Amino acid sequence: MRIGIDVGGTNTDAVLMDSRTILGAVKTPTTPNVTDGIVTALQMLIEQTELNPANIMAVMLGTTHFTNAVVERLHLCPTAVIRIALPATEALPPMTDWPKDLRNAIGNHYFLVKGGYEFDGREIASFDSMEVRQVAKQILDRGITSVAISCVFSPINDEQEKQAAEIVRQVIPNAHVTLSSAIGRLGLLERENAAIINACLSEVAKRIVAGFEAALRQMNITAPFYLSQNDGTLMASAYAQEYPVLTFNSGPTNSMRGAAFLSGLKDALVIDVGGTTSDVGMLLNGFPRVASQAVDIGGVRSNFRMPDVYSFGLGGGSIVRTDPIKVGPQSVGYELTTKSMIFGGDVLTTTDVVVAAGFHNIGDQDRVQHIGKPLIEGVLDIIGEMVSISVDRMKTSAAPIPVVSVGGGSILIVRPINGASEIITPENHAVANAIGAAIAQVGGEVDRVFSLEAMSREEALNQAKAEAISKAVAAGADPATVEVVDVEEVPLAYLPGNATRIAIKAVGDLAMA
Amino acid sequence: MRMLTEQHIDDLALGAAVLGTGGGGDPYIGRLLAIEAIRKFGPVKLLTLDEIGDDELVVPAAMMGAPTVMVEKIPNGREIVAAFKALAGYLGQPIAAVMSIEAGGLNSIMPISVAAEMGLPLIDCDGMGRAFPEIQMVTHTIFGVSATPMTMADEKGNTVLINTIDNHWTERFSRSITVDMGGSALIALYAATGKQLKELAVRGTMTYAEEIGKTVRLARQQEANPVEAVRRITGGFQAFKGKVVDLQRRTVGGFARGEAHLDGLDEYNGSKMIIHFQNEHLVAMRDEKYVVTVPDLITVLDVDTGEPITTEGLRYGFRIVVIGIPCDSRWRTQKGLELVGPRYFGYDVDYIPVEQRLG
Repeated sequence: MRIGIDVGGTNTDAVLMDSRTILGAVKTPTTPNVTDGIVTALQMLIEQTELNPANIMAVMLGTTHFTNAVVERLHLCPTAVIRIALPATEALPPMTDWPKDLRNAIGNHYFLVKGGYEFDGREIASFDSMEVRQVAKQILDRGITSVAISCVFSPINDEQEKQAAEIVRQVIPNAHVTLSSAIGRLGLLERENAAIINACLSEVAKRIVAGFEAALRQMNITAPFYLSQNDGTLMASAYAQEYPVLTFNSGPTNSMRGAAFLSGLKDALVIDVGGTTSDVGMLLNGFPRVASQAVDIGGVRSNFRMPDVYSFGLGGGSIVRTDPIKVGPQSVGYELTTKSMIFGGDVLTTTDVVVAAGFHNIGDQDRVQHIGKPLIEGVLDIIGEMVSISVDRMKTSAAPIPVVSVGGGSILIVRPINGASEIITPENHAVANAIGAAIAQVGGEVDRVFSLEAMSREEALNQAKAEAISKAVAAGADPATVEVVDVEEVPLAYLPGNATRIAIKAVGDLAMA
Repeated sequence: MRMLTEQHIDDLALGAAVLGTGGGGDPYIGRLLAIEAIRKFGPVKLLTLDEIGDDELVVPAAMMGAPTVMVEKIPNGREIVAAFKALAGYLGQPIAAVMSIEAGGLNSIMPISVAAEMGLPLIDCDGMGRAFPEIQMVTHTIFGVSATPMTMADEKGNTVLINTIDNHWTERFSRSITVDMGGSALIALYAATGKQLKELAVRGTMTYAEEIGKTVRLARQQEANPVEAVRRITGGFQAFKGKVVDLQRRTVGGFARGEAHLDGLDEYNGSKMIIHFQNEHLVAMRDEKYVVTVPDLITVLDVDTGEPITTEGLRYGFRIVVIGIPCDSRWRTQKGLELVGPRYFGYDVDYIPVEQRLG
């Protein structure tokens, strides 16, 4: 049996699953310190299912903790960046394009040293151990232990980054080092940014993971726990402590994976209607389609494999204005159960309207009887249009496609959607995120440049696939279940040697010992 | 004459990407370099062609090489200065101003950082009015101005000077030196006098790019249609609206050649388009008939935001509008078409101006 928990902006959801059966599901408001909400959710779940904590094999958590820490600039470590690149890259030092307040929050410490690689693996300059040692001493003198290391073309060769890390660890006791090659793809600034964000989250990561462990212990749950990554796969808590940046945007990924599971569809459009916003994404072969342009994490540009999600301001708590009729983007959010009319409040929300229209029986219906038909129709029209336009944005062909609706705000989907062959609101749709976390798999990724003159295309692909598969196993996957789910090839313009960039993702089920 | 400040860069970068017709490199790095240079060295003086003396020497500055290398091995800022100094030294003449050689993507913004750093004015013009893949594809070639002497510099401090018998040889040599330098190089080439430029250059390109970018920005702010705004300000024609349903890319002769296949949306429902590219978009065919070809500009914009999309950035599932924009008249001459017409790129079709095809 497994527990899946999703800590969203409005609600914390928890589900209990046995293989592919859902045994219980609960929802409770997210608390400011987050841990309390998790404990409450677990208590509710245990009560609902009479579950014996000893029978839980694993707990999977999707959280916005780390995203929030960066967005709010809270509890971030002073961090030093060592970029191995001289004589190149000086025109744009580390953190050049960062918001000033974020740069200052981590101290704006950076050092450039000699080294780096050309696209074909030649060195730009020799790595200079003495130089790095002196830099490490400066970092030590500044009292910093959180270090991010980047290097030109390190996805092709991580040797220099590793050498630098070795020296840093020798000079700085308790150093916490993030290598850009371990988490990022091609694009120096984006990859370096990811490494820096990761490094500055090291204290938060330690604290949050310890907090989750404490919450589970409090509930007598001794099973190991995992955190959801932004691509829908899991990482062990120890790995999450090392790479907290990989949890960014795991929420939408989980809701889409949950939607795939609940609907039984592998290719569909998913709309997750929350309290304030809705997210629309495309499911391809059971996984969300990834965005290919640069993504923003906390105001900083990066290039993670993140789900391609279109968000818009429609939710169950969206405030309705009557003259002229307008829906959202303002919302009562998690205060729905006190502020909206059906719950005794005085704010007209979208939920009030669908109840007044007779589609759902929630709260006190009498309190919304006075809402006139023209207003109801007008609001439902607007909601229908917002949804249809957003769905159409994300479709990849003109052909009608099934739309799976999840999230607590799914009650708003009462009109047909243009371009949808059918609308499916599966049972347990309100906790799809938590389910997505519970059924997540573990994965391994490779993203490198190969020269197809040195080896055949088939050899390069096989090498990359084998590497991705072994990375998945190292992350905890059962080797028997691992398969390659994504292959991307991009020939590189203007480069000889038939250089091609190959990106492979392999995914497997978590090996339960 | 006006001053270019940080505030103008974003608009210029976006407009340049529209003119880049899918190529010209990733504008992000270029934008950052320009902003950093202006912050460090101050705003840049932008002069019209009429404000430069007939005898004054103007030299384009550019970055040459693989877009993938450009986003990894960022310049140190000294390379282009070295290239300029080497060229000025060889010519025995001071360089009076900088210009852009191609108004698309990276190479319309790079010259701004060069001008800032060297304290030189920037001339409001370029050699293409768009982006093209090969060095000889500039109006200078039509008017017999040589690309060489050309200097190339890398981050290690190497500078190479080449002199060739024609601009096609320049493309050959400089391409292989670029590879030796690690796949990217900063270059100074096509030195020309004010008098020559007044005849051959494409005028007002920097301002034009800025106008395009500004129009898109305002359209977005006012919730008007940014795609329509681009079409109007460029005098372009909508060629298609569709979803990318297939993408084929392969490396041929050092360039990324490929095709994007689109299924029509809305009024184009049931129709199909194929765009062929060699970094930049070359020809667009709708239901197997040519609707826009080089040298006219084929620009791809996101259907909702109007954001221009490079060929490297194009992905399966993207919803885009394809716009055909008339090129500069010099490209429509016989010499121009020999250089950059569809036949040069291997397409068995004669050039017909887009306004005739789609007007």
